[in-house]
Amino acid sequence: MVRFIFRRLLQVIPVFLGTTLLVYYMVFALPGDPIAALFGERQPPQSVIDALRAQYNLDQPFWVQYGLFLKNLFTFNLGVDFTQQPIAAALARAFPVTAMLAIEALIIQAVFGIAFGVFAGLKKGKLFDSTVLVVSLLVIAVPTFVLGFVFQLVFGVQLGWAKPTVGANADWGNLILPAVVLGLVSFAYVLRLTRASVSENMNADYVRTATAKGLSRPRVVIAHILRNSLIPVVTYLGANLGGLMGGAIVTEGIFNVPGVGNKLFQAIQRSEGPTIVAIVSVLVLVFVITNLLVDLLYAWLDPRIRYDQ
Amino acid sequence: MRFSRTSKALGVAAIIALAVTGCGGGGGSNTNSSAAADPNKVISAYSNEPQNPLLPANTNEVYGGRVVELLFEGLRAYDSDGKPVNALADSIETTDSQNWTIKVKSGAKFTNGEAITAKTFVDSWNFAALSTNLQNNGFFFESIEGYADVSAVNETTGADGKKTSTPAPTAQTMSGLAAKDDQTITVKLSQPEADWSLRLGYSAFYPLPSEALKDPKKFGENPIGNGPYKFEKEGAWVHDQSISLVKNADYSGPRAAKNGGVTFKFYTDPGPAYTDLQADNLDVTDVVPSNALKTYTTDFPDRNSTRPNANNSTLNIPGYNPNFQGEAGTLRRQALSHAINREEITKVIFNGTRTPATEFTAPVLDGYNDSIPGSDVLKFDVQKAKDLWAQAEKIKPYDGSKPLLIASNTDGGNKEWIDAVANGFKNNLGIQAEIQPFAKFAEVLDLRKSQSLPGLTRAGWQGDYPSLYNFLGPVWATNASSNYEKYSNPEFDKLLKEGLAAKTPEDANKKFNQAQEILFKDLPGLPLWYRATPIVWSNNVVSAETGWNGGIRYFDIEAK
Repeated sequence: MVRFIFRRLLQVIPVFLGTTLLVYYMVFALPGDPIAALFGERQPPQSVIDALRAQYNLDQPFWVQYGLFLKNLFTFNLGVDFTQQPIAAALARAFPVTAMLAIEALIIQAVFGIAFGVFAGLKKGKLFDSTVLVVSLLVIAVPTFVLGFVFQLVFGVQLGWAKPTVGANADWGNLILPAVVLGLVSFAYVLRLTRASVSENMNADYVRTATAKGLSRPRVVIAHILRNSLIPVVTYLGANLGGLMGGAIVTEGIFNVPGVGNKLFQAIQRSEGPTIVAIVSVLVLVFVITNLLVDLLYAWLDPRIRYDQ
Repeated sequence: MRFSRTSKALGVAAIIALAVTGCGGGGGSNTNSSAAADPNKVISAYSNEPQNPLLPANTNEVYGGRVVELLFEGLRAYDSDGKPVNALADSIETTDSQNWTIKVKSGAKFTNGEAITAKTFVDSWNFAALSTNLQNNGFFFESIEGYADVSAVNETTGADGKKTSTPAPTAQTMSGLAAKDDQTITVKLSQPEADWSLRLGYSAFYPLPSEALKDPKKFGENPIGNGPYKFEKEGAWVHDQSISLVKNADYSGPRAAKNGGVTFKFYTDPGPAYTDLQADNLDVTDVVPSNALKTYTTDFPDRNSTRPNANNSTLNIPGYNPNFQGEAGTLRRQALSHAINREEITKVIFNGTRTPATEFTAPVLDGYNDSIPGSDVLKFDVQKAKDLWAQAEKIKPYDGSKPLLIASNTDGGNKEWIDAVANGFKNNLGIQAEIQPFAKFAEVLDLRKSQSLPGLTRAGWQGDYPSLYNFLGPVWATNASSNYEKYSNPEFDKLLKEGLAAKTPEDANKKFNQAQEILFKDLPGLPLWYRATPIVWSNNVVSAETGWNGGIRYFDIEAK
């Protein structure tokens, strides 16, 4: 087990180097001088532009730029972004907000998705099941941005139940609306996965045995059917959490959530290499760790799965 | 990045349409418009993260600029029509337009208690102009004698042939600038400039307290000023979120605050701000998203305004393009201009938020003239366009092997009008024309700077201070800082110079408009239209207004 975790963590190094190199190169290859672009039609003296280019190492060849970036990264110095603000501080502001949003969305999709999925799976073919299937299909079919705008307009503007945007007041309450929008699509997938898995396991031998032993229905459902049906769902949720932590650019944009997605969007617009790569580096870590946690959960869900061979 | 901006925009449009048709009668809540204004209520306004620490001479973008303008007060301020009025200046005098004597009001103070004297201004200006301080707006002091010494740079050419310039000032202060006593500043310009005092209201000329000069970067995080507002507290700038300003009770100038404070909320996209306004969750915005341009007057009846400001757009035709050189080239330039239906494009595509151009500056400026000889070329006239093109063909045939490209970044919604202009060229002149799209402004700028755009390009100018010269000098003079197409005509340069040297602003404007006649002959760019800024406000404020440069006059907003 420990060896397994250690091996997985070792994988981080090549993944990390590969992704940062790739992203850094892509930003580097973008046409146009990002410094000159900061000023629009009215350019400052060339010496100001040159000084800024030197500050961000943009006057250096690619390998030197990337090398300096890595060196700074390993000395925990992420540098400053194009607004002269420390990138580390910006990330420290953005990640907690996105984490709150992601956790809220994850809870919504996990709790409601699994609950509805189990009921639908147990009552396969009944009215509840068909209704849930149709509704979830609808949710999947409607793009996130449409859902976002509709919810914002209906609940935020017309009914006034929530503030239409989050802005500076990013707390659990204000994040509910964007979290619902964000969680809704995955909720539908979780529901469908759970339903399929549950209805398949319902006829398994061990379920029949459990029922024959005289166990109560709730115990059969929760301890036997559900637990064995969760593996695909947990895989999906884990992969999804990584995605959610990457910041939902569209949802954060619509609700003006000052999270990672918004920051990343702005950095891309400005071709701000250092910020983009810093965010991506953190995301790589988040992905690797969530995937590791998912793998560890497998063993708990299904003791037949072993890690050390 | 799963959805493009347009698809987002489509979404908004669809939903707004839904909302309008479905729930059209819901807006009856603003019956309390007669409620008394509350001078202590804080209003909220759309903005975004400033790009630089908040130092006046370093701030040349809108989001930082609007904060700096409220935090500081200069020798002069601009009223809502762009007329300069004295603020901290008692008097500004000159007899020869070259030697200026400025009397500073006595008793003025920064909010930390530091007195503002003539020396304060001299130190602040020297700080801004010194090239080692790397202030973006340092070049605003270029007219003052001795600027060349403090702004000197060393140019070195690297192994790869790239030029780098590093600051290498030969003096620390400008020789033409002196504080004679506590209340008197004397300024000697390197040449006479009649309209020099017009720019004294611009933010680069604001005074700075002594601690700003010691540690500018730290100061820029928590600036201390002398304007109608001040920071609510240390750290009132919450990065990526907001900046909170409160009224400065000690302020006594022409821009006294009519509300208790302004909180600038940051939005990465104007769309959510517009939605917030619909829910009265934000009080004022000066950026109406492009998909709401057709609906903002109905979404916010009685709560919108669209006032013209000092901002123009042109379609530049580079001189290096062989199709547009010589006599035939001039005729073709005229033909292109006649083939653009400015009236229709401003009405249909811009929904009236642009007005057709009549010259190269802007109508809100003093000295604006809508009938400069040669300006007929801006009239939409298909027959004339065809005739001129035919004449040009006789002199030198047009090389139509490649379509005429119009370069522009398309992230700001430029595609629609460029398509319209290109279609005008196609239908009226029978040539192939199309947009040359770029994802980013920076790409177009790079190609413009290196003179390698194959076709035309869009350009625009936003005035820094209300003067005709500001629209002509930096853009069309030989080797000027923003003259990327390298237009050059000695006669034009001479008239500009004569205008600057004129004894009175009236005489100066006359010369500047004569210089425009040269532009109309050469047509280095085709004036297209002037911009008006649509703004909308919430039920929580009485009204709002934009100034001469399109910026909202936040201090004039009354809350209720």
